[in-house]
Amino acid sequence: MDSFWAIFSEALALIVAGDADLIEIIGLSLRITLTAVAIACLIGLPLGAMVGAFRFPGRTVATVILNSLMGLPPVVVGLIVYLALSASGPFGPLSLLYTPTAMVIAQTILVTPIVAALTKQVVEDLHLEYSEQFASLGVGPLDRVSALLWDARYSLLTVALAGFGRAVAEVGAVIIVGGNINHVTRVMTTTIALETSKGNLQLALALGVVLLSIAIVVNAGVMALRASAVRSAYA
Amino acid sequence: MREVAIDRSAVTAAARAETADVPLLAAEGLSFHAGEKRLIEDVSLMIRPGRRTVIMGANGAGKSLLLRLLHGLIRPSEGTIVWRGGPFDRDARRAQAMVFQRPVMLRRSVLANLRFALKVRGVRGADRLAREREALERARLGDLAHSPSRVLSGGEQQRLAVARALACAPDVLFLDEPTSSLDPASTYAIEKLIMEAHSEGVTIVLVTHDVGQARRLGDDIIFMHGGHVAETGTAARVLDAPRSEAARAWLEGRLFLDPSRQKKV
Repeated sequence: MDSFWAIFSEALALIVAGDADLIEIIGLSLRITLTAVAIACLIGLPLGAMVGAFRFPGRTVATVILNSLMGLPPVVVGLIVYLALSASGPFGPLSLLYTPTAMVIAQTILVTPIVAALTKQVVEDLHLEYSEQFASLGVGPLDRVSALLWDARYSLLTVALAGFGRAVAEVGAVIIVGGNINHVTRVMTTTIALETSKGNLQLALALGVVLLSIAIVVNAGVMALRASAVRSAYA
Repeated sequence: MREVAIDRSAVTAAARAETADVPLLAAEGLSFHAGEKRLIEDVSLMIRPGRRTVIMGANGAGKSLLLRLLHGLIRPSEGTIVWRGGPFDRDARRAQAMVFQRPVMLRRSVLANLRFALKVRGVRGADRLAREREALERARLGDLAHSPSRVLSGGEQQRLAVARALACAPDVLFLDEPTSSLDPASTYAIEKLIMEAHSEGVTIVLVTHDVGQARRLGDDIIFMHGGHVAETGTAARVLDAPRSEAARAWLEGRLFLDPSRQKKV
């Protein structure tokens, strides 16, 4: 127990001192995660809204696929992206393997189905309420999707948050396509795995504390925003 | 702002004069089936321009369903709807508006609710601003323009819903029991809005259970029973001297079950 607190104290000292390696790893983690979540939202929000708002042949199949993809195994995604980006793969000439871009691609593939499937559910519920009014006004498909996304914006923050949670905590896919290269593709989760195996528990624990803190701060921020929207009757 | 309202009334009145002999809306052999259930069957009727038509009947008679069919929200299983003697197309839909029993409020401000409706109807620029102001005045919600619409009272929400529908300058306004959950003061406010709209040339088609409201607002009555039109006529005639057993029983507060119709369902 004493050794745990000793390691914990040293970890906190690393954070307080603003260790350069620590800052670099945290910065890269956030950059990759936020980029992946942003791209996933750009794809997943309209996709989920369309599946949620429109009736079309194959809608049930699309829903089943989206829901199933929410549980994509990260290592499988990592392997597929690895094969696609490796020298002999179709995107080999782009030389993206072992770069932050490859990590963004892998995380985007993991997060997009989560965003799309949860968006579909949120939008479907809202559309049930709005559909007759929209039909009466003659709202076109594009206006319909954009209005639903705008009016569900506070609920969709929670959706983006779920995507962020998945991306920031992800390790399997990013370690395969990023390679955990120091000062290039080393992010919080891969560093925790590496440093733990090396016995450097101070750095691993410091990163663990930061990771948890980020999750708590982001969650609290979104919850506060949503609570404020509920009080204003906009959610 | 006033000028816009006057101009629109004048245009509507002119259009009415040109087409006085042509029914605004006509349904021929209209049926709607849900699986084996025949919810609306062989309904033929005419809505004349400039009239206030009230659709009445017991619960489950098919009043709201008929309203939705006439407004084009639901496709009929059989039959046709004719708009001004021509096809029931996109232009026909855009010349109509509907107010629902439970007002549908977007998760936006009062003003943004009006703006959205006008935007999707293609109203832009100064005309849109003028219509927004007019609608706020009409609904007496000017002070609440920037408030979230969902915190309004039920009466205020329904006034906004009616004003939003009228801001689209419809030729015909469908209302599905718009005052069923409102207090007398709010009901009066809605009825006043309906009468004002009618005086500006808007044709009214209203579903209600309220006999008093039907007397106050109705020129014509369509009485529904079991998915059929049981009786039509002027409001005074149908309400004072109903010819059908279904209308007579309903007005007397008796339960009327038509065995021949029950078997078909």
